[in-house]
Amino acid sequence: MIGLLAQLHIRENPTQSCEADNGFCPDWIAHNFDRYVDPFFQHVYLTVVALAIGFLISFGLAIIAYRRRWLINPVTQVTGILYTIPSIAAFFLLLPITGRGNTTALIALVSYVLLIIFRNVLTGLDNVPDETRDAGRGMGLTDRQLLWRVEVPLALPEIMAGLRIASTTTVGLATLAFFAGAGGLGEQIFSDITFKSNVVVAGGLAVLLAAVLDGLILVAQRLVTPWTRAVAAR
Amino acid sequence: MRRHRWLMLLMLVAAAVALGACGSDDNDNGGDGGATTGDQAASAIKEDPANASTTITVGSKNFTEQKVLGEIYAQALQAAGYKVKKELNLGDEKTAHKAVKDGQIDAYPEYTGTALLSFFGYKSNKLPKNPTKAYQAAKFGFASEGLTAFPPTPFTSSNEVAVTKETAQKYGLKKISDLSKVASKLTLYGSPECRQRLDCLLGLQQVYGLKFKKFVPVDIALRHEVLNKGQADVSIVFTTDPQIKREGEVLLQDDKGMFPPYNSTLVMRNAVAKKGGTKLNDLITKVNKGLTAPAMQELNARVDLDKKTPEEVGSEYLSESGLTQ
Amino acid sequence: MTTTTAALGQFGDAIDFIFNQHESPSGGAQVGGLSKMWDLLWPHLKLSGAAMGVACAVSIPIGLWLGHIGKGGFLAINASNVGRAVPSLALIAFFVAYIGVGFTNLMLALVLLAIPPILTNAYTGVRQVDRDTVESARGMGLTGAQVVRRVELPLALPLIFGGIRISAVNVVATATIAPLAGVVTLGDPIINVNTYGDEGRLAAAIVVALLAVVTEVSLGAVQRAVTPRGLKIQRREATP
Repeated sequence: MIGLLAQLHIRENPTQSCEADNGFCPDWIAHNFDRYVDPFFQHVYLTVVALAIGFLISFGLAIIAYRRRWLINPVTQVTGILYTIPSIAAFFLLLPITGRGNTTALIALVSYVLLIIFRNVLTGLDNVPDETRDAGRGMGLTDRQLLWRVEVPLALPEIMAGLRIASTTTVGLATLAFFAGAGGLGEQIFSDITFKSNVVVAGGLAVLLAAVLDGLILVAQRLVTPWTRAVAAR
Repeated sequence: MRRHRWLMLLMLVAAAVALGACGSDDNDNGGDGGATTGDQAASAIKEDPANASTTITVGSKNFTEQKVLGEIYAQALQAAGYKVKKELNLGDEKTAHKAVKDGQIDAYPEYTGTALLSFFGYKSNKLPKNPTKAYQAAKFGFASEGLTAFPPTPFTSSNEVAVTKETAQKYGLKKISDLSKVASKLTLYGSPECRQRLDCLLGLQQVYGLKFKKFVPVDIALRHEVLNKGQADVSIVFTTDPQIKREGEVLLQDDKGMFPPYNSTLVMRNAVAKKGGTKLNDLITKVNKGLTAPAMQELNARVDLDKKTPEEVGSEYLSESGLTQ
Repeated sequence: MTTTTAALGQFGDAIDFIFNQHESPSGGAQVGGLSKMWDLLWPHLKLSGAAMGVACAVSIPIGLWLGHIGKGGFLAINASNVGRAVPSLALIAFFVAYIGVGFTNLMLALVLLAIPPILTNAYTGVRQVDRDTVESARGMGLTGAQVVRRVELPLALPLIFGGIRISAVNVVATATIAPLAGVVTLGDPIINVNTYGDEGRLAAAIVVALLAVVTEVSLGAVQRAVTPRGLKIQRREATP
């Protein structure tokens, strides 16, 4: 008898609280914010790494295709297909090959970014005025010097615009990364999809991340190309 | 004379402490008696260094009650000195069963009724209605698969057919067989595996002959949401759901006895259970003692309504019951 | 090497799942096979089609008009940027939490998802019509509405279809997570893998991917078809 004195405290009446109503509860959010921290950083990791790898690959491809024009069509076709395949389908198409985890998610996220960056880098390079190229050649610049000292810098606004588009869409796609077993804010959203506070905080953090990345790239663009005004938002 | 007074005083103290525990504020774990630290220590889980060589992976199915139970057992085992890994939220009963048979997990909490219907092929009319008999039958079935079914919890959490108060009044529904006249006008929402379970849609079709207008599979977590937001006319819920009381849902009586008892039993692979021996059996029994239906409903409420994590709630159960410090 | 053969085996099972019905891993129900796959595909198409229909009906007139009068540019252009920043899962979750599950609610969420690219492209499509063309049309005595209908709209069509193409692929992709909101589509085997099995999930992924590619390719063909020949419209799409 006496051993049972320690027992679970059971409340008599149905709970009346903001959370029990699945409402938007600032108090609950303040107390439980720490459960969003890890997913947020997972999300940042996935987005930044995917962007970095995707940028390196597609930038390289674009530079090569710029001189070897026959490459443009095949690369556009392939990256176009990768871009069209919905990320959630991509996660499970990759599953038999790369299993669950960050790798699968990153591969799918990177493949989505390729077309955007590839196309924008090419367009940016193509848009360099012919006179500027002629002037450069006239100054005795080699092809390589021309590329890196004239064409790429002048293509930067276009490249940065592509990077901005790629970053916001990658943040959005990374919310589905938990299907591939890679965590992220989407896992939090999914865990209680009817609880307004949860949805607003997790979703809001994702939107915030997209906005911050967009802003950072815009700032970087202004720093790197002070001679142009920012290209209108695309 | 003196001895009687001493006994009466002791009983008065016990009663006072018990009353004090019940009357505490709602967001406080006031179950701690305090006066009987000696007894608390006796019922607390003792860490046994011999257990450190055994690793136990605890799994669970994919709804709140399961996650809480998984956490409770995992943390209790940890307190006893076992090395514990958690793989909760695996999926439905078939997935979890497969996982424990394959050795992906070592143990998970299963319900006696679910095991009989989904694993051991019992037909609705052959189901034992007595909880103890149901447990014995399940234990026997698991044993033939190389699995040990530990003694069950006091609580039984059955699948229930639920409607809103308004629906019950509109069609005069008190028992499940009352649905036979109106089922063709009603939509039933249930978990995806409900379509194939004899204690869900399949059973309702076979035992009660119900033909619903439409069955819509939804995630288990939405089972009350769809009912109360008006999407579903009928929904499948569990006895220990705190939302039933809160939303005033009406549970239809199982007049044809379709649903078996559903006490929870921890199912573990023989090899691991053997390593734990009788001490493990005692530990599980001790943990189970406080898991009554009101207790389970309270724990579910803390996750579903108070939005705490199953890990927190599992830990609260163990500490409030005096099993851990 | 064994991983490759294992992977190939899984793809083989998935293809088999599309064409042949068999019992679900949990037993008690039939899954797979062409008719069952159609039962998943049809709601997917219905949902996507309905959402696209409503989105076009809303955004094309507004975008055309704003472009015609030259106002609201900031809104129209940034609609796409803002829309891109909201993850589809968050949008669906927001609707489920605040409005509820069900076909209509989900369709509304998808409409919101589809509007920005169409709106932006309709606006930009009209803005980039050569001003001289518009002036001469006005000079010929055409009213504002007639200018829109007979001059600006046809010339803006390629960009408008570009926007429709982008939205359609997006909507088809997002309809995959519709089961979270209680609408059974091709995403069901992906989200509720226990009922369909691993091969069912992979089969659904394959079909979703194919559906998206078909949508993209066919709308791309339509877009090319409506691009007037002999008119050098620079392929500067407002959104990729």
